[in-house]
This record gives sequence, C-alpha cells and structure tokens, in this order.
Amino acid sequence: MSDFPILSLVTFLPLVGALAILIIRGDDEVVARNARATALWTSLITFFLSLMLWTGFDRKSAAFQFVEKNPWIESFGINYHMGVDGISVLFVLLSTLLTPICVLASWDAIKVRVREYMIAFLVLETLMVGMFCALDFVLFYIFFEGVLIPMFLIIGVWGGQRRVYAAFKFFLYTLTGSVLMLLAILAIYLHAGTTDLPTLLKYALPSNIQYWLWLAFFASFAVKVPMWPVHTWLPDAHVEAPTAGSVILAGVLLKMGAYGFLRFSVPMLPVATDFFTPMVFTLSIIAVIYTSLVALVQLDMKKLIAYSSVAHMGFVTLGIFTLNQQGVTGAIYQMLSHGIVSAALFLCVGVIYDRMHTREIARYGGLAERMPVYAFFFMVFMLASVGLPGTSGFVGEILVLVGLFQVSTWAATLAATGVILGAAYMLWLYRRVIFGKLTKDDLKSIMDMNRREVAVFTPLLVLTILMGVYPGPFLEIIEVSVANLVDQHKSAMAAVEALSVVGR
Amino acid sequence: MSMNQLMPALPEIVLACTCMTLLMLGVFRGDSSTRSVSWISVLALVVVGVVLTSVQSGRMVAFGGQFIVDDFGHFMKWLIIIGSSLAIIMSINFNEQERIARFEYPVLILFATLGMFMMVSANDLISLYVGLELQSLALYVVAAFRRDSLKSSEAGLKYFVLGALSSGMLLYGCSLIYGFAGTTSFEGLATLFKGLGGTGPSVGLVVGLVFLIAGLAFKISAVPFHMWTPDVYEGAPTPVTAFFAVAPKIAAIALFIRVLTGPFGVLIAEWQQVIILISIASMVLGALAAIWQDNIKRLLAYSSIGHMGYALIGLAAGTEAGVRGILVYMAIYLAMNVGTFCCVLAMRRTGRMVEGISDLAGLSRNQPMLALALAILMFSMAGIPPLAGFFGKLYIFLAAIESGLYALAIVGVLASVIGAYYYLRIIKVMYFDEPAEAFDRTISGEVKVILVGMTLFVTFFIIRPDIIVGGAGTAARMLLAG
Repeated sequence: MSDFPILSLVTFLPLVGALAILIIRGDDEVVARNARATALWTSLITFFLSLMLWTGFDRKSAAFQFVEKNPWIESFGINYHMGVDGISVLFVLLSTLLTPICVLASWDAIKVRVREYMIAFLVLETLMVGMFCALDFVLFYIFFEGVLIPMFLIIGVWGGQRRVYAAFKFFLYTLTGSVLMLLAILAIYLHAGTTDLPTLLKYALPSNIQYWLWLAFFASFAVKVPMWPVHTWLPDAHVEAPTAGSVILAGVLLKMGAYGFLRFSVPMLPVATDFFTPMVFTLSIIAVIYTSLVALVQLDMKKLIAYSSVAHMGFVTLGIFTLNQQGVTGAIYQMLSHGIVSAALFLCVGVIYDRMHTREIARYGGLAERMPVYAFFFMVFMLASVGLPGTSGFVGEILVLVGLFQVSTWAATLAATGVILGAAYMLWLYRRVIFGKLTKDDLKSIMDMNRREVAVFTPLLVLTILMGVYPGPFLEIIEVSVANLVDQHKSAMAAVEALSVVGR
Repeated sequence: MSMNQLMPALPEIVLACTCMTLLMLGVFRGDSSTRSVSWISVLALVVVGVVLTSVQSGRMVAFGGQFIVDDFGHFMKWLIIIGSSLAIIMSINFNEQERIARFEYPVLILFATLGMFMMVSANDLISLYVGLELQSLALYVVAAFRRDSLKSSEAGLKYFVLGALSSGMLLYGCSLIYGFAGTTSFEGLATLFKGLGGTGPSVGLVVGLVFLIAGLAFKISAVPFHMWTPDVYEGAPTPVTAFFAVAPKIAAIALFIRVLTGPFGVLIAEWQQVIILISIASMVLGALAAIWQDNIKRLLAYSSIGHMGYALIGLAAGTEAGVRGILVYMAIYLAMNVGTFCCVLAMRRTGRMVEGISDLAGLSRNQPMLALALAILMFSMAGIPPLAGFFGKLYIFLAAIESGLYALAIVGVLASVIGAYYYLRIIKVMYFDEPAEAFDRTISGEVKVILVGMTLFVTFFIIRPDIIVGGAGTAARMLLAG
C-alpha cells in the first residue's frame, strides 16, 4: 500500500472528471444532466478515496505521510513532491467533502452553462487539494495561484449584479499578494538551493533577510485570510458569488492563507514571526472587533456572514501566532469548524435565496412557521458559529482563548469580546429571519427544504455536532504535528538567542 | 575558401537559394502559384530546420570571424523557423479571403527569415548591420502588403521611416564604436575591453554603445522606442502582425543578448542601468497603455511591449540564468502570441475582419472552444500558473533576484498585476458579457491546427518544462562560456 499514489489520485481525479464533462455531446439539456451527474460522482468518489487518508494516517508521527516524490523540473532540482501531515490532512478532507456538497447545492440553482460550471468546480477541487498536499514551494505556488482562475470564472459568470467588479477585485487583490510571495520563494530558493519543503523546514535562513521574506509572505497570506485592512475583497466576492462559490470561498479558500502562515511563515522564518507577532495580534483583534461591529449593521445576509468570516479568521490568526500547543491546535480546529459552519450558513442563505431571490434580511421574518426543518438546521449552524458548547465552534474558540491567555491577557480579553459580539449579530440575524410573525405576503407560500437540500445539510450537521461533542479523533490527528511545530519554533528561537548572547 | 568554411552557414545558404528559386518560380508562374509557393516555403523552412539540426553543433566561426554558430544561435533560429513558417501558413487562407494573395508574400517572409538568421549569427558589427537591414527591408514591404488599404500603407510607411531612423542610429553607434575601438569584430572588441582594466572605456565608446542599444530597442519595440508598434500592428494584415509580433522580436533580442553579453559583457556597469530603465518603462507603459485599448491588435501591441520589458529583465541580469530566462520566455511568448493571433484571425463577421474587443462579447456561448483557447492564452499571458506564461516569468524573476535586482523584480511583478487586468478584461468580455452576433465559421483547418497546438503547448508545458528549459540552459551556458 505504501507506494500507492493516493494523494495524486485524490488530487487529479476531479480533473479527469472535468475532462470527461468537456467531451459530453448532445443538446443543452442532456449535457447539463450528464455534467451534473458526472461532477457529483467524481467528487463523491474522490471524497471516499480521500477517506483512506483518514484511516491510513499514522497519528503518532509528525512526519509527512503518503509521500510521493518524482523528478519534475530537473534542471532546478524541483520535484513533484506530495505529502500530508497532521496540519494539512484534515484540510484535504474538508475540500473533498465540500465539493460534492457544492455540486449538490447547485443542482437546481445553476441553470445556465452547467457544463462549464461543473468543470470549474472540479478544477477548483484539484487545485485546492493539490495546494494542501504540495511539499514543494513551486508546486505549492502553482496550486495556490491557479485557484484564482476557476474562482474568477465562477464569480464572474454565475454571480449576481456586480459580479464583474467583485471578480476583478478578488483576482487582482489576491494576485498582488501572491506575486510578492513568488519573489520571496525565489529568494529562498537561491539562498537554500532547494524548494523542497521538508528540507527547507530544517534550513535556518539568516535572520536579517527573514523580515523581508516574512513581509512578502504576509502580503500574500494576509490578503487570502483575509486580515483587516485587506479584507475588503471578501464581502464583495461573497455577495456576488453563487451560493456554492461562497461555500468554497469561505470553506476552503480562506484557509489557504492561514495554512500558509502555519506551513511557511512560522516554521521557516521563526525570528521574523516572533518579531511581527504583535502586529498580527493587533490586526487580528481589530478584525475581530471591528468586523463584528460591521456585521451587526449589515442589511444583506451574505454580507453579514462574510464579515463574520473575517472575524472568525481573526481568531485563527490569533491562535496561530500564540505559538503554543493550545493556540495553534485551536486555530486549526477553528479553521475546520469554520470551514463547515460558514459553508453551511452560506448554504442556508442559498436555500431561501433560491426561493425568494433576495438576500435582504428585511424581506424575511417568521420563516419558522412555514419552514421548521430549515429553522432547525439554520439554528444549529448559527449556534455553532456563535461558539455554543457542544458545537464545533466552541472547541476551537476556547482552545484559542486558552492559548492566547498564556501569551497576552489583554489580547485574550479583547478577543473574547468578539465572541460576545458574534453572539449578538448571529442571534439577531436569526431572530429577524426566522422568528416573529409571518406577515409578508410572498413568504406565505414558501416551501420547506426538499430532500436534496436535507441531504446536503445532514453531513455538515453531523460533523458540527460530532466535532463539538467528541473532538478527540480530530485533535489526535492535529496534536503531534502541532507539538512538533511549536517545539521547532522554540528551539529555533533558543538557537538565535544563544547566538546573540555569544555575539555580545 | 574551403567547403568546411561554408558548412556552418549551410542553413542560411539553403534558405537563400530557396528564396531565389521561389522568386523565379513566382515570377514565371504568376499569382496563381501563390498557394504552392507558400507551401514550398514552409517546406523549405522545415528543411532548413533539419539542416540546422544536422550541422555539427558546438561553437564555430566562419567567414573570417564574421559569422558564428553555437547552441544559442540554434535555439533562436529554431524559434524563428517556427514563427516564420506558422506566419506563412496563417496567411494562406487569409490572403485569399482578403484578395491580397500574392506569391511575393512568402518569399518576402523567407528573405526576412534569412536576415534574422544573419542577425542571430552575427559576430561582427558589419554582419550585424547586414542581417538587420535584410530583415528590415523585407518587413517594410510586408507591413504595407495590403496596398489598397490606407491603414496598411500608413503602417508600412511609418515603419519604414522610423525603422530607417533607428537603423541610422544603430549604424552611427557602430561607427562610433569602430572609431574608438579600431575594430568591428566582436572578438576584437571583447579582447580590447578586457584589456582596459580599471580605466574604463572612453566616452565615445559609451555613446556608441548607447546608440547601438537605442537601435536595437527600436527593433524589439521597447519603450521609449515603441511608438510605431500599435500603429503598425493595427494597420498591417493580421498574419503579418502575428509575424511581426514573434520572429523579428526573437531575432532582435537574440542580437541584443549576443552584443551585450558578448563583446560588451565586461562593460555591464555601463549598460545595465540603461537596460533596467528601458525594461521598467516597457513593463509599466505596456501594462498601463493597454488598459484603454478597444482594438485587440493594438492591445496585443502594448502587450508585446510589456513582454519585451520582462525579457529585458533577464538581459539586465546579464548572467547565464538571465539568458536562459529570456530563451524560455521567448519560446513561450512565441506560442502564446501565435495562438492569440490565430484567434484574431477567427474574428470575422459577414466576410469582414473585426478587431474590436467588444466584438468578442459572449464568445464563450457562440464558440465555446475558441473562447476557451483564447481564455487559456490570456491567462497564460498574464502569467497565471499552471500555464506556460507563468514559467516564463518565473525564470526571468529568478535571474533578477539572483543578480540582486530586487527593485526591478518588484516593479516587474507589480506591473504584471496591472497587466493581468487587461488580459482579464478580454476574458470578461468573452465569458461575462451578453453574446454579440456570432462570427463566421470560416477559420481554416490549418489555423485551427495551429491554434490547438499552441493552446495545448501552453496548457501542458507544466508537465515537462525541462524540454525547453534544458535546451535553453545549454544554449545560455555556451553563449556565456564563449
């Protein structure tokens, strides 16, 4: 089993599906039906294949597993190097889980150009999974930036009113950050002579260039996370994107930035990470409090959830830069939880949007009367987003706060207010949409969720509760790798300090 | 002179003989022979390619040091062959549709190709000039090939006047260099400069060098010598534009590299800042000016100005990595441009060419495959991975960082973000906008094949980049070792 290329298979199977869809012939109706089916089956098979990662993963080891290494650009010593560790493996699963859900969620909602739509999603899956598996810097960059192409098209072709503006803003914002990172990657390559990640993780770059490299990485990852003040592309992109686009955007794409911090900035540039931690804390706390306040006054449901995403990702960056076991574990857990919960919340908005074609909060009210099942699902995800104990959101938040308290009481106190604000805007949103009297005429005939929609939400609901009640199996996977990361950082810092003492 | 002396120039000799034979064939048979002359020209180019490969590789000098062949030259000549033959193939149907099918066209392209070969192999200021002029004279004529069209004539005239001016500048630079150095041979110049030691070259030499650079910068349409580009691109018939965008630029940049890294290699301190300046200006102007263009050919003109700016980054680095970067970049640039111009050729409505970007509206619904190909090429031009354009930029920036040109690299990547905007705009028009009237489906089989080939190359370059990168690496190593 050991040399079975499971990662490549999971990565490139969706691409095969996309090619298959490309060659479907027939009139529009047939093409659409076959494209949907092919996309669903491909993504489902990919998901079940990726479950092998869950079962086969050695939880005691911090090393990269399922490693594949083949020569690729030999003149530069760049390899096609894939592998996962405790930090990345769950994100692979998150990506493979969300893709079939997106396909299902778009089953009826997308009526035009279904073929292209499904191709875009499958290509996107390939790129996302590949990004989390890549163990070579150049390979990583290719996947990381390649994501822009399908996402640009998804927002631009199937988006809402201002889709062109949103698509361009998304593309150019993230591209600007990424190209600076590319230069940093090249600088590291010239310095260390390799782009191989496992080698680079052990390579100590000189402190004086670490600061510049860190800033270049930061430019890319901060836009992707997104951190305040470069978050403004996110609400636009979310509002204009089709439901499934928002799901992927919030569920996986936002994690790419935070994953980048964890994978590159922290272990490779320890000195600079230490130096810039106060800045990250400041920006993250501003993000948590400011965007929560902004979320409170939103009139558009999707925009509200988009701002809540920024706030939640603020927690993630806080957690990562605590650089202790609880904080980092919490950050990863929070990302996974947010990946599921925010995806589900966008799907919730999608359900009523498909019926009413508006996302304006004021146009709704009293939905509980006509849509009890919907109200139930929405409630669970809303509470998970707030971080109610017993849901996945709680585990991540509490771990981050525990970690943060060890580093800075002030930061933790301020971050905790974000939790309260989070409860305020989410509960208020729920009250305005679901409760109250059903007075609006056009809502009186609204239908509750159909079977397909329930099928979409059920796995997410189960996971939300499971991750809240029984986080053990998930934490078990994350723990060892995080411990390794934290230890490495500590010893790197100790080495630097020892050096500076000698220098004195 | 023994036969051995002629061997290195065998491809050029074959090409020259073919040119004259075809000219005679055309004259005797008249315009009815256009189609066969065209295909024979393509065949001849293929034969030249075969000869090129079979001629013993390695570094060889002939004609008393005037002429040099090496791996670098081989690489560039191959690119030129591909560019020229594709330009001929693309023109066959187009010229017939536009009623400008004349046998002179392929013959002129062949003559231009011969000139380019001479440029690439020049090892002396005299042979440099001869090659350049042979190329330019042929190009002036093809630019004005649609004689009845005001725009085409204007393009030809503009190109001729400005081209003559730049040739004059170049020649003036050469004469200054000769006057102050006492030799026109590249080897002689190199020895002379190496012997200078710490004293540095005389002012006259530096002025001569600047004039030389100005003349060459005109040929690759780098800012501030770019003014002719948009007008000529727009005015010339589309296959001619495709040819202009590719082959002459490859030849000129090859010449640029050979002159600056060869004889003037030790004087890098004198010319590096000039190249950096030209490079930044080209990238920034190429990116900004393209934003306001409505005509796709003008847009591609600014795009090529920008691309030349990136290629010059590699030259500014002046290292082996830099040269390799340029070679890879030019190979990819060739594929992207030829592919894109194939798409432009497909833009034909009720029997007439249309060139507005807005004419592409909704192409993704009328002709999804054509739109997909153009979208891939545009993303590639913008340098988005996993497409080939990204690798071109990757190697260029690698060279820049290796040489410590951080500011240049940062300006470069930021300009590429601005540039991405207008490439995206084309995709936006094709994919996001409501469909306009459909194009005629008169695109010929040959053009289709070329388009598919180029698109596949751009898409699948990622799988084995080494095929090109390895060859480019060898070529660069040989150039700088010699």
